[in-house]
Formats: sequence, C-alpha cells, structure tokens
Amino acid sequence: MAHAYTPGLKVTTGMTLRKRRILPLKGEVVVRVGQDVAPDDVVARTSLPGDATLVNVAGLLGVSADEVPDAMVKKVGEHVEKDEILAEAKSFFGLFKSNAKSTMTGTVEDVNKVTGQVLLRGAPVPVEVKAYVRGKVVEIVPEEGCVVETYGTFVQGIFGIGGETHGPLVMACESPDQHLTPERIKDEHAGAIIVGGNLVTAEALKKAIKIGVKGVVAGGFHDKDLKDFLGYDLGVAITGHETLGVTLVVTEGFGQVDMAKKTYDILAAHEGREACVNGATQIRAGVIRPEVVIPMDPGDEALVAHEVSHGLDLGAMIRVIRVPYFGRIGKVTSLPAEPVVLDSESKARILEVHLDGDPAPVQVPRANVELIES
Amino acid sequence: MGRARVAINPADIKVILATDCGSTTTKAILIQKIGDEYRQTHRGEAPTTVEAPFEDVTMGVLNAVTEVGELAGRRLVDDEGNIIRPATETEGCDIYISTSSAGGGLQMMVAGVVRKMTAESAERAALGAGSIVMDVICSNDHRLPHQQIERIRQLRPDMILLSGGIDGGTQSHVVELAQIIAAANPRPRLGSDYNLPVIYAGNKDAREHVAEELEKKTHLFVVDNLRPVLEQENLAPAREKIHELFMEHVMAQAPGYAKLMAMTDAPIMPTPAAVGNILKTIAEQNDINAVCVDIGGATTDVFSVFDKQFNRTVSANLGMSYSISNVFAEAGLANIARWVPYDLNEQDLRDNVKNKMIRPTTIPQSMGSLVFEQAIAKEALRLAFIQHKSFATSLKGVQQQRTIGDVFSQETAGETLVDMMKLDLLVGSGGVLSHAPRMSQTAMMLIDSFQPTGFTRLAKDSIFMMPHLGVAAQVHPEAATEVFTKDCLVFLGTCLCPVGSGKAGKETGTYSIKFPDGKVEEGALIYNTTKVFPLPDGQTAQVTFKPARGFDVGGGKGQEVTREVHGGEVGLILDGRPRPIVLPEKPADRVAELQAWMSALDAYPMDRLHQVAESAAG
Repeated sequence: MAHAYTPGLKVTTGMTLRKRRILPLKGEVVVRVGQDVAPDDVVARTSLPGDATLVNVAGLLGVSADEVPDAMVKKVGEHVEKDEILAEAKSFFGLFKSNAKSTMTGTVEDVNKVTGQVLLRGAPVPVEVKAYVRGKVVEIVPEEGCVVETYGTFVQGIFGIGGETHGPLVMACESPDQHLTPERIKDEHAGAIIVGGNLVTAEALKKAIKIGVKGVVAGGFHDKDLKDFLGYDLGVAITGHETLGVTLVVTEGFGQVDMAKKTYDILAAHEGREACVNGATQIRAGVIRPEVVIPMDPGDEALVAHEVSHGLDLGAMIRVIRVPYFGRIGKVTSLPAEPVVLDSESKARILEVHLDGDPAPVQVPRANVELIES
Repeated sequence: MGRARVAINPADIKVILATDCGSTTTKAILIQKIGDEYRQTHRGEAPTTVEAPFEDVTMGVLNAVTEVGELAGRRLVDDEGNIIRPATETEGCDIYISTSSAGGGLQMMVAGVVRKMTAESAERAALGAGSIVMDVICSNDHRLPHQQIERIRQLRPDMILLSGGIDGGTQSHVVELAQIIAAANPRPRLGSDYNLPVIYAGNKDAREHVAEELEKKTHLFVVDNLRPVLEQENLAPAREKIHELFMEHVMAQAPGYAKLMAMTDAPIMPTPAAVGNILKTIAEQNDINAVCVDIGGATTDVFSVFDKQFNRTVSANLGMSYSISNVFAEAGLANIARWVPYDLNEQDLRDNVKNKMIRPTTIPQSMGSLVFEQAIAKEALRLAFIQHKSFATSLKGVQQQRTIGDVFSQETAGETLVDMMKLDLLVGSGGVLSHAPRMSQTAMMLIDSFQPTGFTRLAKDSIFMMPHLGVAAQVHPEAATEVFTKDCLVFLGTCLCPVGSGKAGKETGTYSIKFPDGKVEEGALIYNTTKVFPLPDGQTAQVTFKPARGFDVGGGKGQEVTREVHGGEVGLILDGRPRPIVLPEKPADRVAELQAWMSALDAYPMDRLHQVAESAAG
C-alpha cells in the first residue's frame, strides 16, 4: 500500500517557525540578518506603481492619432497636475485652439501614435511589510523581504477571516464547551486576542469589534452568522483581506463544535502572553490555514510538552470531520484493511474509533478523520 | 525539456503508465497489451502533494504509481524514486505520461476588441487549451481603462491572450488594449523572476505597434490572428502556443513540476485539454454529437461536439468540494433543497456545506449526506450547462446570407450549437458522478441536470480515465481509443424524453419496445411520469415512439420515430417529465414526485430514505 497520510491541523506547544515576509513587488529590505524584530517593525518597503489612466487626446483635440505626439505640451516622463493642459492643437490657420487637459495628477508615461491615447500614471503607492511575529531575522531575500524566525506555540485553525494582528491572549470562556456570547466580552478585552469555547456568534463578533478586540479564537462558527457578519455568502474560501476590525480564527469547523481540549489547554497555559493571529485562509492551490502564534522567551521551555508525531495507528487520537459524528474526538481501536460498505452504500476504507463518551466503537471512513498529534 | 525522449515504435509499447494530477487527488492508471488488445488493467490514487508541507507534486505521483504497481504486481518505481523503463516481464513501463490540473490549473486572462466577436474567439481558444479564464477584457465591456488596468493588476494570471481586429482591419482598438495591458505591468501568478507571457493573436498589421507597447514589459509571443476574417476562426496557433507556454512557464513554476516534466515521455497536458482531445476523437470516429461533463472539486468542465464543432467551458467556481459553497450561493438553498425528498434544516445544511468546503477530501458516510451531496451536484451541473449553452454558439458578428428557404427559420448568428434533441451521447465524470454508489444515481443526476430530450445514450467515465486517455492519444492513439471503448465508459443506458406541453394524467405518446429476446413491451408514457425497463449493457432494443399531438421525440411534432437503443447498467429510461423539469411547489407533492422518480430508477434504498426523512423531520 502506498504511503497514506491523514492531514491534520498543527497544534503544538513549541516549534521553530519561519515566516517569509515578502513584498508584492521588488523593493527595499530595511532589516539585516540577526536583527531582533517586533510584530509592528517594518522589514521591507516598496512603492506600487500608481493608478494609471488613459486620456483620449486625439479625440479631445480632434486630430488624427499620429498627430498627437507633436501636439503634446507635456512630454513622456514629465509631471502633470490635474486639469493642466496636456496637449494643444491649432486649427483653421491657427485661429482656433483646442486643448486636452490632464484628468489626474501624475506623470506622462506613454503617448501612442496609433490610438492617440496618452497614459498618465499617478504617484506611487507606498507598501510596507511588517515582521508580524516577534523573532529574529534569519535570512534576507534581496529586494523582496526576509525570513523571521521565532520559537513558540503554534495553533493552526481550520478557517478564519481578517488579516494579521497581535495582542495579549485572554481566555473569555471557562471551558472549551462554552459559547462565546456577547456578555463574555468585556471592556478590558480591548486590544486583546480572546479565546472562546465551542461557538462564537455574529453578535459576539460585533461586540468584539465595538470594544476594540483585535482577534477572536473559537471552536465553531455558524455559516449563517458568517453570512450576517460579512454581509454576503462566502462562495470560495479565500479570506484574509477583510477589514471588519477583528480577526477570527475558527479551530474546529462550522457549527457548534467544542474546541479540542488540547488546543484550549495550550492557549490557556499562555494566557497573558502576546499572541500573533492571522485569519487568512485559502483552501485551494497553496493551502493557507489561519493561525495563532505565541512566541516564547528564553526560559519558557517548561511550557513545551514532549510531542511525538505518529501516523494513523491503533490508539491514535482522531477528530471526525464529517457528519454523522462531526466534531467528535476518539481513539482508534481498529484499522481493517478491507473496504466496508457505509450507510450511504459507498465502499470505503474505514477505521473503528471509540468516541469520547460513547459505550462502543463506531465505524468512520478514513477520509473523514483528522489525526490529533499528541 | 523532459526526459531524453527516445522515439519508441508504438508496436513495441506493451505497458503505458499515465497519471493525472488533480487539485486533490493524483490518479494513476496502467494500460497493458494483453494478447492483441490494449486494456486498462489497474489504477491507484494518492493525495496530490502540490501544497505545503510537501510542495512537490512528484511525491503524490510516486505514491499513486507505487499503489498501482502493488496492485498490478509490477514494480514501477525503483529505490531512487525513478519510474522504471522500459518494461520487462515483471517491472517497469514503456512510456510514462501525465496531465495536470493541480496548483489551480492554467489561469488566463483574455483580451479582445469586441466582446461577442474577437474576445469570444479568444476565450474559446483559451478554454479549448484547457485554461480557466479569469476575466475577459474588451473595448466594449463598459469598464473605464483605469478599471481594466486595476483588474489586470489584481488578477495575476499565468498568461494573457490578446486578440482583436481582422487582418487588414482597424488597428487602434487592439493597440489600445496592448497599452492597457502594458500600463497594468502585470505580474505572473507564480514566481516573480520572469515577465508575464502575453500571446498576441490579433490583426497582423498591428503586430509592430503591439510589440512597441508590450515588448519591454512582458514576454511577448506573436501567432497568427485567431479571427483573420469575421467568418472564420483560426484557433489552433493560439492554442498550441498556450500549451507550449503552459509547459515552459506555468508548470515550471509549480512545486515539483520541473521534476515531473523530466519524468514524463511526452509533454504534460492540462487535464481539460486532454479530456477534450479524447472526446473530439471519439465524436469524429463515430460521427456523433456528444457532451461530456467533468465535475471536480473546484471546477466543472463541460465539453461538447455538435456537428463536428468542439466547445469547452469551465465553470471556475462550481465544484463539489473547494467550490461547493459557491454552488450553494449561486443556486440558492431553495433550488438545491427541491431535489431532496424531505425537509431540511437550513442552519445544519449551511454548516455542512461549509465544512465540506474547508475539509474537501471527506466522503458522505450517511445516506442523508449522500442525498444532499447529489442534490448539490445536480445544481452545479445545471448551472455549468447553462453557461456552456450560452457560450457554445455559432460565430457572432457574421452576416447571414439567407435564401427563400430560410424565411421561416429562426436561426441567427450566435445561436447555441447545443441542440439536446440531436445529442447522441452524454458522458458524466468526476467523483460525485463516477463514484456514486448506484449507477442509477449517476443517471438520475445527469438527467435531472442536463434534461436530455429525444433519444440520448448515457454513460459515465468509470474511473475518470479520460484525461489519461487524452494524453495517451498523443503518443499511442490506437491504445487510447481501444481502452476508451472497452474500459473507460460504463454505459448506463438510454433516456427517451418526448418534448411538448401536456397535462397531468394525459399521454405524451405511446411506445413499443422490442427486446432482444423477442419480448415486446407496449404502453403509454403519461405526462410527468417515468418508467424504467432493464436492458443490459451490450444489448440493444428497437423502440418505436408515437408522440401525442404537440409532442416531439426527434422526428417532429406528432411524428413516430423508430430507433435502436443501447442498454446499460440502468436500462431504458422513459422520462415523461416536462422540459424544463418543474417540481411542484407544495412540499408534499414535490416529495411524492421525487420519490416516484427515485423509486422508478431504484436510485436509493427507499426504506432507508424514509428513515432519513423521519429523522430529518424529528
């Protein structure tokens, strides 16, 4: 049998993380290897080409396109103010003058003698890339950015919205099976990353924004609430660009699902520390999952548990990721080799799992479970 | 590029290994010469490994190949991870070929002067080459130049196809498009070290001016005009260039593809291009009109050949896993729920759909989950086919010369080429169709979404082998067509549907079916009812249908038609439901109608379905 793997989300107390901080276009890197950086430190900057627009100079002057280059008052590379005259033409023995004015402030980039159009370019737009996590610069990608390395706790979520942010971690629920309701969000949570239990509601997110909470981490979220919150039905899971005022990281899935105890316990152990979160999710080519990164200081090794990564073996802890047992966690008791006919009449390879709180093991297709690393 | 390719005499090829790297799964098949014929003997699959933490497509390929090798008892991969060639009695293969749609496939942007003319021809060229078209920029798309520039910048395609103007015609519009592309200074989606490839396939007189605009900012390639005169499309040069650049630029940037390219004995083809290749070959060889649909996780591709004209569309955001939530958003809950024979809880459904989106590799374990997934599939297929019909048209902008004989004909330029009454073969492929637990479920999904009329033969691609065979057809056409006929398609049967307006309880026509054993079945097909007669694969029956007044089954209204129909795993399906299919609004009536249809087809275990309905209600 070929090597099989069951993708699971990474949840670990301590690991070395390397974050590539790259500009969208080439630019200037402002840090050096070995430099310590904080989340808000700028590591690279560039300027995106400004907005561009075309002006139909031939049309405005009433001349043929090939006459436009000679009619230009402003030449290629020259600066031009909005409403300033770009080109002029004289007609009827010089008695009448017509002109074409610039529609924006910028630079003349191109004059085309076939189309008679002039391309204007606005001022460059500055773009900065920040470090995002506290750590050390370990590599410079010339003209593009750098790699920041940090050691810390890493919790990968399954779905998120909103971009990179950071703040102190605060547990807003007392256990992983509680709802994160608006009442649990207090004024003192302003600027924090708060952790909920099995469900965060749209109302709670709205309150979080109102108070100024920077990030919310919860086990589950209803799709209906996602639609209410975003204002549209999310068709394809490509997120991270939302500017709603808060970043959300869902750790388990849609619906009411208890946050995995391990995830909850790890986050609880770091309460008060600075957490960096990113809701960006892309479930298509180049999967990106949302995350919580809690960088550690020297001497924090006691918080790191010894973790062994193993495959889908007997005794392995798994999470079921599809109905009818969606969200349930249990221990693998058997891994039959032969495919089994399911209730849906599909034939698939299964495993038997003893779900927490159940009297007897149940069968679940292997495709419908996720390994929980211990 | 690629492995040092040694010309192999097709007669010496005994073992062909082919892989298809999909966005979720990499599928490998083994074709072997058994006696005098080529047969597909084994298949294996493994998760695609384009993404982190693996980021090397060849890992998934070798996993799938190892599996197929183990099943075949033939060692295909050596200790160094190389595919063993040539084949001996016990190990290796003679050639290894592959297609790919992983890493998002080929994503293009096309530009043309007039939306319904050159831009549409350019879109057809890009789609035919197996690409996803992210946007079509044209002079009359009602966007201002700065909006078009911004859009090109945002999208970051793999390449751009620019067309416009007939040869010798106006140049200014197409040069203006070149100016807009240059102003956007577009960057490629993958990699930042090279300029974006732009293919110019427009007015040949404007080449110099287009080059002035684009040469410095992009990697410009010039090919023959794809619309040299209004009445003619010349898409082949543009398509060939797209394939070439796909290999050289796009594939070379995706993780592990440089290695994969070095492993294969023929250029890697984009998966949809390979499927189109085999469908065209089959339609031509058998002189039939055919439609093939491939519903994947992210996209749904529809291919058609009508009157020898090939068309392909790709619905980029209609799929069963990554894009399932978009099907839900586009079709709406009501349209999906109408295919489920019981009531549903909206919140649970919404959450289930999103959970499938975020964990795309899961499979339906419960009967309820399967019924719901197949209902979504029907809507994804329906929407994709609507898109296809509106795209697969005759050339627009062409003046029609009419004779007296055309006075009563309504045909105009730009009419859809898809005529369901003329459709001979409908093929479904992709996980939800190919892996449906019952064959009748596949037939049901195809009929409910495509709503064929007249006589239509139904088939499914048993294990989604069409991409493999499309690429195999390039190197060994004989083996590819042989395997297609013998192993690839599983025939489901034939659907007969008369078209006309009728009333409940009234006849749509009468039928007489003469089976191979001499048995004759006769009766009336009542409006809005269905009947299924078993007719095994490999057998044919003679069907005479005499439509009632106002109904047509292919011969004209009220005209009797006699046809020899082919059997299959489901049989002969007489579908008296109207076209388009309209389900009653009253829930009880809708459920009763659906249950009757599902029961006639034996699509689900009806007892189990009732239990699911009860637990949904409870």
